[in-house]
Amino acid sequence: MIKTDIAIVGGGPAGLCAAISAASQGANVTIIEKASNLGGQLIKQTHMFFGSQKQYASTRGIDIPDILMNELKKLGSLVNVMLDSTVLGLYEDGVLTVEQNNKYIKIKPDSIIIATGASEKFLAFPNNDLPGIYGAGAVQTLMNVHGIKPGNKVVMVGAGNIGLIVSYQLLQAGIEVKAIIDAAPKIGGYYVHASKVRRMGVPILTSHTVKYAHGKEVLKKVTIVKLDNNWQEVPGSEIDIDADVMCISVGLSPLAELLWQVGCDMIYVPELGGHVPVRNQELETSVKGVYVAGDVAGVEEASSAMVEGRLAGLCAAKNLGYAKENFEELKNDCIEQLYSLRSGPVGEKIRAGLSKVIV
Amino acid sequence: MEVRSLRLDDYYSDNTIICRCEEITLGEIRELIRKGYRSVDEIKRISRAGMGPCQGRTCRQLIMQEIARFEGKSLSELKMPTFRPPTKPIKMEILLGGEKDE
Repeated sequence: MIKTDIAIVGGGPAGLCAAISAASQGANVTIIEKASNLGGQLIKQTHMFFGSQKQYASTRGIDIPDILMNELKKLGSLVNVMLDSTVLGLYEDGVLTVEQNNKYIKIKPDSIIIATGASEKFLAFPNNDLPGIYGAGAVQTLMNVHGIKPGNKVVMVGAGNIGLIVSYQLLQAGIEVKAIIDAAPKIGGYYVHASKVRRMGVPILTSHTVKYAHGKEVLKKVTIVKLDNNWQEVPGSEIDIDADVMCISVGLSPLAELLWQVGCDMIYVPELGGHVPVRNQELETSVKGVYVAGDVAGVEEASSAMVEGRLAGLCAAKNLGYAKENFEELKNDCIEQLYSLRSGPVGEKIRAGLSKVIV
Repeated sequence: MEVRSLRLDDYYSDNTIICRCEEITLGEIRELIRKGYRSVDEIKRISRAGMGPCQGRTCRQLIMQEIARFEGKSLSELKMPTFRPPTKPIKMEILLGGEKDE
């Protein structure tokens, strides 16, 4: 049984920041990451970040893991990293079971920070299993991590930030984006991203959904249909689009199974992507010593995930007795950063969602 | 873009795949709901939907939407399935070997 002060499940933006801040206070941390590398979804985000300097604004997502790794290295032996390691279970007594290269490992931490992120939601429509139909995030990985062109003509389903950003990156890769469609009557993502793809001539069709995918072996054509104010199809409004790729970008859902396993109180909050844990200001769930940070706590963005990671790391360390004199200052700074990231009309939905789960 | 008119009522046609891992269609899920299986856990036990490599991460929500539609409820009113270890399929031999400490 491996002992550690704080086990951090997930080595993405939230998990890395949690590790840095907890170890900076003096706690011994163990990051458990499923992939062969740290960084999570940052490693494919070739666009520059918004927010403020503290959340690496104007830095490209792909460059952020290196910055965080340098911070981690300075903390030396306080930080342990387990790669290729999947957490299989989180039990009532706080034991984590992990599979690493076909080995079964148990870890007994004093506290746990769950930073597992989120997975892409899928849509039900006829022939949705044809090759050529992907999650938008998967296509981003294929292009920006593996250098593989997914196809030639794309229909993007979903005009949120992921759909808009991936559309732009497809255009950058020389791939034709035939249309971006969204069932909602309004574009969900930032207009700065939407304007960019519109300037490049890509139509954005709101109040439209996928009706059919066509093809035998691979995707050949997509039929979309207009929706009325009650989300019902408008008869006769079908449009056929020739396409060999369809990207589904209809939202993310928190990867919360470990929280369910250990018995955290969970609430269904559509604004945050699905079931999320009840937590306090310090990001501790209803189960003592189990904290959350990032998309698993409610789907937002990498910027807020990083700040949540820092906050959860700080508080988890402090509650185990590791706190330096700058603790209060750092904690208040995180809270202020989150407040500012979630301010204004853009953060309205997130604020509404969080008001239901913070106790 | 070519515009054409389709008069098809089967938008969610019965052949639409809901659980990709176990190849369970919407038609099969709907038939189970009609027969009285009204929770993700019940549908999982009778059909294997959600028991494949992705462990329901793709189909769980689609099945819940279908139950919600049938019962006229919102997703928040539905019972969630039970989550148990392991979070992904593993080989029995990994467990047989017991715990491997450093």
